Amino acid sequence: MTKPFRGVMLLTIAVACMALAMAVSNALAQDIKIGASLSVTGPASFLGAPEDKTLHLYVDKINAEGGVLGKKLQLVIYDDGGDPNKARTFATRLVEEDKVVVVVGGTTTGATLAMAPIFEDAQIPFVSLAGAVEIIDPVRKYVFKTPHTDRMACEKIFEDLKARGLTKIGMISGTDAFGKSMHEQCLKVVGNYGITVLADESYGAQDSDMTPQLTNIKNAAGLQAVVNPGFGQGPAIVTRNYKQLGITVPLYESHGVASKSYIDLAGPAAEAVRLPAAALLVADQLPDGDPQKPVVVAYKRAYEKATGQPVSTFGGHAYDGLFIVIEAIRRAGTADPKRIRDEIERTTGFIGTGGIVNMSPSDHLGLNLSAFRMLEIKNGDWTMVTATH
Amino acid sequence: MDGFATMAEFLQFAFSGLTVGAVYALVALGFTIIYNASDVVNFAQGEFVMLGGMVTVAVSAAGIPLPLAALFAVALAVGVGVALHRLAIEPAHGASPVVLIIITIGASIFIRGVAQIVFDRQFHKLPSFSGDAPFVLFGATILPQSLWVMGGAGAIVVVLHAFFERTILGKAVLAAAANRLAARLVGIDTRLIMTLSFGISAAIGAVAGILVTPITLTSYNVGTLLALKGFAGGMLGGMGNPLGAVLGGLLLGLVEAFGAGYLSSTYKDGIAFVMILVVLFVSPRGLLGRRSVERV
Repeated sequence: MTKPFRGVMLLTIAVACMALAMAVSNALAQDIKIGASLSVTGPASFLGAPEDKTLHLYVDKINAEGGVLGKKLQLVIYDDGGDPNKARTFATRLVEEDKVVVVVGGTTTGATLAMAPIFEDAQIPFVSLAGAVEIIDPVRKYVFKTPHTDRMACEKIFEDLKARGLTKIGMISGTDAFGKSMHEQCLKVVGNYGITVLADESYGAQDSDMTPQLTNIKNAAGLQAVVNPGFGQGPAIVTRNYKQLGITVPLYESHGVASKSYIDLAGPAAEAVRLPAAALLVADQLPDGDPQKPVVVAYKRAYEKATGQPVSTFGGHAYDGLFIVIEAIRRAGTADPKRIRDEIERTTGFIGTGGIVNMSPSDHLGLNLSAFRMLEIKNGDWTMVTATH
Repeated sequence: MDGFATMAEFLQFAFSGLTVGAVYALVALGFTIIYNASDVVNFAQGEFVMLGGMVTVAVSAAGIPLPLAALFAVALAVGVGVALHRLAIEPAHGASPVVLIIITIGASIFIRGVAQIVFDRQFHKLPSFSGDAPFVLFGATILPQSLWVMGGAGAIVVVLHAFFERTILGKAVLAAAANRLAARLVGIDTRLIMTLSFGISAAIGAVAGILVTPITLTSYNVGTLLALKGFAGGMLGGMGNPLGAVLGGLLLGLVEAFGAGYLSSTYKDGIAFVMILVVLFVSPRGLLGRRSVERV
């Protein structure tokens, strides 16, 4: 045997041993790998950070209780900073390097839509935590989502308007992705409720004064209510300007501002404002018979105890996504991605923070309008509107 | 619509434009002062506005009375402005203006990043200085805080004017702006003048931030857009002319408000920028720009 040849052979043996060792350790560990790319930092961090904390909190909890199917869960989370390009790279890495069996999140719609084709190709089930209806409409075989859509928010608002006999409205929408998308969806369904839009205005996401637009809306003859699809600080400024101009018809905000910081920023001007939101926001006010009450109260307690921060609906979306996946794995009895996908699609009667989920091959969201509660701000806090319809 | 409603509408747009425009004007003024003293277009100008608001919020949240918190915020912004000059601009002495501009962009990203860590990424508010009950004037409403913003901007302009025209130090700044070499020959410490300009600009920005936060709210990243709008206002009025800066800023705010009100809120930013392009096309140095470059 010549010397170089012996060297090559030794190397081959060494590589073979390493490969064997890795295979053995993989087989021993047998963790169920759950992947995620979330916007933990960056502009969407107020969505992504609670999602991240929620996933860690509950995966640790489940592992402490013995895991799923006798195996431990292993979380692989990447931070895409809200950048769809990065999310796409991480999606490829989750599939090819980490070999995850299921993915929870996608924080933003942009990141979700960038990642969806990769998981479709790899046939890995993907439960997104982003809002837009485009994620599940048209249905993609491997893509699901947990948050309500903006179309549902519009429908909930219009339902409430109709119940109050208000049919002539003004709209003022943000021009960011959220405001634009919801504005579009609202215009699509507004006709179904016999409501007409008298004035349709918009504002930039960073604008600091919306009185000109609101003045135009105020001057529309016969105005009965105003709807503000928007996100971030814009709606708080709209609400303040609304009060400044002395507009007295009811103001409706969107689920995009369903957090305490909106009430805080808008101050007394937020009084009597209505908005649709998930039950989680009013966990303690839900009537005792409400099927969602135990779930949302338990999640709220656990999250607030672990993080010391007030609960947000966004973390709730991650909770719903994680448990829909875990129940699917339990029902499937295996960590095979295709079987998990089939079981996610069969989710029925799942009680989450966002509502009661009944999925089907044609509905990869599985929520109906009852998932939204109409809230009204009274004395600086949320109260549930007890609707008569 | 009858005449009264039409006028109420017009006034409402004007109030909106003047409030927003006053802030643009102060940012543009900050740009101008630094540009005159050092030829640097300081894109960190918006960060001074952000610091004014955010530091006041943070310090007053710690239980310090609002006026003291505001004073502290201005002092801190001045410190940051001076440090920006001494640590970032001056070491690059002799570099071309483009390089210096890039340095200020880097500084603005740095300041924003630090603010994001030291404070947080949430939006914050300050209480209005004199309550939230709006005044009604011919059917239009205006917040007391808007009067604070406009009054504050006016006061700053008057004080600056007095400083430049009535004090030796102010005249030294003007001299250094007109001809740096000559100023140095007559014994003016131009390095000190530049540092002073950065400090004054920072103070103006911080005051603007404090005045406007009760209306517009603030967060670590409000500076970016304000810097752009202030820069546009400065260009419109004529870069290098303080009066032009104020005029340009106010005009930009008014055009935005009237554009949003009378034409289309979707295109209001577009309307403002088209107007700037037209002005610069007709008069490349802006409305009140210097007629010619005297420096050789």
